[in-house]
Amino acid sequence: MTVMATRELTSPAAAQGLDDNGPNQWRAIHAEWVKLRTLRSTAFTLIAAIIGMAGIGLLISAVTNANWSHMQPDELARFDAVGRSLAGVNIAQLAVGVLGVLLVTGEYGTGMIRSTFAAIPARLPVIWAKSAVYAAITLAIMVPSAFIAFLGGQALLGTHGVSLSAPGAVRAVFGVALYLTVIGVLAGAIGFIVRSTAGGIASLFGLLLVLPGLGNLLPTSWQTNVLPYLPSRAGSALYDLRPDAGTLAPWTGFGVLCLWTVVALAIAAVLVRSRDV
Amino acid sequence: MAGRSVVPSVVVDPRKGDTMIELTALTKMYGEKTAVDTLSFSVKPGTVTGFLGPNGAGKSTTMRMIVGLDVPTSGRAIVNGKPYAQLKAPLREVGTLLEAKAVHTSRSATNHLLALAATHGFSRTRVDEVIDLVGLQDVAGKRAGGFSLGMGQRLGIAAALLGDPATVMLDEPVNGLDPEGIRWVRDLLRGLATEGRTVFVSSHLMSEMALTADHLIVIGRGRLLADMSMNEFIEANSTASVRVTSPRAGELSSLLAGPEVSISSDATGTLEVTGLTAAQIGDRAASAGLALHELITTRASLEEAFMAMTGDSVEYHGSTTHDSHQQKDAA
Repeated sequence: MTVMATRELTSPAAAQGLDDNGPNQWRAIHAEWVKLRTLRSTAFTLIAAIIGMAGIGLLISAVTNANWSHMQPDELARFDAVGRSLAGVNIAQLAVGVLGVLLVTGEYGTGMIRSTFAAIPARLPVIWAKSAVYAAITLAIMVPSAFIAFLGGQALLGTHGVSLSAPGAVRAVFGVALYLTVIGVLAGAIGFIVRSTAGGIASLFGLLLVLPGLGNLLPTSWQTNVLPYLPSRAGSALYDLRPDAGTLAPWTGFGVLCLWTVVALAIAAVLVRSRDV
Repeated sequence: MAGRSVVPSVVVDPRKGDTMIELTALTKMYGEKTAVDTLSFSVKPGTVTGFLGPNGAGKSTTMRMIVGLDVPTSGRAIVNGKPYAQLKAPLREVGTLLEAKAVHTSRSATNHLLALAATHGFSRTRVDEVIDLVGLQDVAGKRAGGFSLGMGQRLGIAAALLGDPATVMLDEPVNGLDPEGIRWVRDLLRGLATEGRTVFVSSHLMSEMALTADHLIVIGRGRLLADMSMNEFIEANSTASVRVTSPRAGELSSLLAGPEVSISSDATGTLEVTGLTAAQIGDRAASAGLALHELITTRASLEEAFMAMTGDSVEYHGSTTHDSHQQKDAA
């Protein structure tokens, strides 16, 4: 330690662009921001998410309007103008989920995680920083994407479209963006737990897409107690204006999705602290 | 390659008495297998300490435990008086190059260093400085995944020097480097030690360590085999023999025979003699009127001494042809 003191006296660290205060949560966030924006896969995947969210919504809206006269009465009865224009959320969650996993497992796969944890030996600030940065970027991109999908979609639906003042429309538009944001954080947590890209993506979509399908095979009396609480079903309550019977209340459902994510983050934190890298 | 001084500023007293890295009965087990076995040693500033052992001896595991990436099964590793994880600004105190490239392959060298610098609030200027220092300025914007092994090592060394640390720990830094690169690393390490820094560097090549290290720590199968200065190691492990060729090798052999002398010969008239100096052999041959066609002192190389020392502890024996590395001094 005396050695360090000597050096500080003779050469102020700041003069060399150095700093003696060490890592903290803000610096961890800054580092994760640098990492996020310096990977090409980030841009590609986020563009895919935007196309998924906005492009699919516009396409489906246009197609629906063109085929309106051919729609069956029961189809017309179930028609939900808001939901049509936001249908791209299902595609967007694939991109957002894959990138969330990849931002973490890419570090494990390449060995970068060793540099990361050698620089921030406390490790947990890395989990929080990755989650915060990815959540912020996802929200920042998905809110406008959802608005484009909604406003463009309603315009393309022509006379069948509704405006933002329609009941639940604003909640649905922000809801898809919030849903995707939390899915991204959940994906990152699963990445920390599983550590491999293939395993992480399989686990995430197993949880989001496969589990609800399997749940349908349960006895009917169980289904009502299980299905609404699965992450994708619970989260969709926030933006789905024509929910299935048994679906949780919008914010309750979203709360359940957040709870899944918090539990995944907690498991990730325990494992990351205790495991060798 | 970049020839200017390593860091603009360093005025570290060589405090040879202080211990910068200290291991106490450090042990790592993977299930039943012991990778590092009650390893205790210390590494001091102002010198280059070579950490030598065959592949699989536990060098990398030991280094990962020193920087807190792997948790020891028992024992402890202390850096600058604290476990690594408790250092306030780890990169300011210990710079590490790990054997496996710890770099995301799709990120450029500059961006990789910028991300590391951000964790400690270091400036862009400092990043550019270490890039220049390791000679990567021409490829700094390119994907690290496209780097040759040598360029990857330079990037790893740049990352290790980023925080201008008092302790530098490098795992196999010359792996994959060309001769110029190897020389560059050697000079760099010597320079860092001269500035008073603690330099701890692993290798499986004795020949490389012989030229770089002041002090040697040798391990095999996770156990400490030697902890001594380079000079002590050379003294203890190099025995000289003399190779002599004569058209009348048979006569020469009986002339040289004696109680302390051992002679082996092959069919071509060449003798390997230990126990006599080249001068003694030459004088005796001259007085007996025997012509000599060759008279060479061969030293058992340090590589051979190292292999003899670790021979029992090599994890995986290869079946490659064994070439004897010999340092030859013409007599």
